[in-house]
Amino acid sequence: MNLRKYLKVYKKFLHTSLASELEYKANILVDLITAIFSLIGSIFLLSIFFKNNGYIGGWKFEQALIIQGIYTILNGITNTWFNPNLTEIVKHIREGTLDFVLLKPIDSQFFISLKKINPSGFLEIMLGFFLLFFCIRINQINLNLTFLTLFLITISCSICILYSLWFFISTTTIWFVKTWNAIEVLRSFLYIGRFPLNSFSFSLRIFFSVFIPIAFITTIPSEVFLGFSVFWKILLEIVVATIFLINSRKFWLFALRFYSSASS
Amino acid sequence: MVQNIIDVRNLSKSFDISSKEPGLKGTIKHFFRRQTKSLKVIKDISFKIKEGEIVGFLGANGAGKTTILKMLCGLIYPSEGSVLVSGYLPFRRKENFLKNITLIMGQKQQLIWDLPPIESFYLNASIYDLDKFEAKKRIKKLSEMLEIDEELFIPVRKLSLGQRMKSELLAALIHEPNILFLDEPTLGLDINAQRNLRKFLQKYNKETNATICLTSHYMKDITSLCKRVICVQEGAISYDGKLDLLLKKLSPLKEILIVCRSEEDAIKLENYGFNVKNKIKNEITLKIENNSITSSLKTILNNFDIEDLFINEPPIDEIIGKVLIKKDYDI
Repeated sequence: MNLRKYLKVYKKFLHTSLASELEYKANILVDLITAIFSLIGSIFLLSIFFKNNGYIGGWKFEQALIIQGIYTILNGITNTWFNPNLTEIVKHIREGTLDFVLLKPIDSQFFISLKKINPSGFLEIMLGFFLLFFCIRINQINLNLTFLTLFLITISCSICILYSLWFFISTTTIWFVKTWNAIEVLRSFLYIGRFPLNSFSFSLRIFFSVFIPIAFITTIPSEVFLGFSVFWKILLEIVVATIFLINSRKFWLFALRFYSSASS
Repeated sequence: MVQNIIDVRNLSKSFDISSKEPGLKGTIKHFFRRQTKSLKVIKDISFKIKEGEIVGFLGANGAGKTTILKMLCGLIYPSEGSVLVSGYLPFRRKENFLKNITLIMGQKQQLIWDLPPIESFYLNASIYDLDKFEAKKRIKKLSEMLEIDEELFIPVRKLSLGQRMKSELLAALIHEPNILFLDEPTLGLDINAQRNLRKFLQKYNKETNATICLTSHYMKDITSLCKRVICVQEGAISYDGKLDLLLKKLSPLKEILIVCRSEEDAIKLENYGFNVKNKIKNEITLKIENNSITSSLKTILNNFDIEDLFINEPPIDEIIGKVLIKKDYDI
């Protein structure tokens, strides 16, 4: 793979999609306002849950805010990259314009996963980081290199798992053509990621760890953040992320064999 | 000796097609138990195309022309047989193969809708690993050939269909491919835009010796660009050869309307032994075989007092239409 060429192409992707999005100023403004109100609403909802008891699944409100912060960052990443690109796959397949992607001398997964960008998602990412900095203060967390490295590793793994889940569902469009509902179901599952894994029953914990690893996505990075994560959990998240990423790639290449292109 | 750039042998393609009965009952049945059957859309076809040739694929809707093009450019895996394009197996989509070909579809677009075409050109240039200087040079050259200038800087959504198609062509040709697959490139364009596009393709073929495979329902595209045509009927090739030979085969007779000076001359001509279509007063219409037109006209002019005469060529659309409509037409 020619890394220089891929960087150059990605720079062009950034440029063209930002230019496209900036054509519609009002839309960006609405998205930005939605992101702010959505975060305020989520924190308010979380505070209601903690009002009576003070603890959910062994987590204090101040600690649960870390999960909310990580969730907001991941949701921002979803809205910036995954949502605009991976929902476009459905359009590409339905309208047959995937033909143009497949006939370009560039990796098709790279092309369809990164071509578009929604700049309003950046605000959510920034809001998530602000919330995390706030949590560092209220939870009196000591920042050090090990902490930062582990946090970066686990959050990167979370992004990989999340991407793979989205990509896997979008790829099934090649057979089923319309899989929009499945993506909506996945989004609803992701909302669950705003709460600590321990707050669910045992069977749900198994479901959200083994079948749809939502638990890994937010809980493990949050535990790392608070300094009470165990090594095997971090290792497990790395393994799960690697398996998901490799399989999403294999699944895409396998699915392309069945692509019949839309009729003209 | 000119080399074969496309070599297709015993190529077949089958698709699984699901069918649905009409009405609510049929819809429910279709939802729970979808019945699919395998349909062979391309049946054991073989042909070769030489470098620099322009070949037109003719056939009715659903005959399989686009499926053939898509197998040639590697979008669809063949079910049986072999395809070799420029020495590559197309469906493997190797980088060097993809750098050599392009696909242009009249009904689909790759340009970024909200941005001027120039942005899409530079994006494609980076995908084909062209530096900025080279890209600029090629855009300038192609835009001159296509006669587009200001349109390059206007958002695609504000361009006319003709301007958009020209921009699509430029985007698809920026990497200077050797093989062009064109699927109804003039679809929906007005007469002038169609003519300009054909002129460009002729020029491009002449200057670069690129091979062009073209499907179109506009016969003018085929007649002005292609010397060779491949007729596809229900997934099989029914004719592969020169276009003028096909036309002669399909329309061996020409109609000649002769206006005689008097009705007596017209009666004399009617009884002379020609194949007469009809006679109205002093006007008589004869059907004469293509290869005996000159001798027949000589005879008529020498023996009869003629006021005027008209040779009617049957419209090419009508002739080709015979191939497209009548499925078992023998060519």
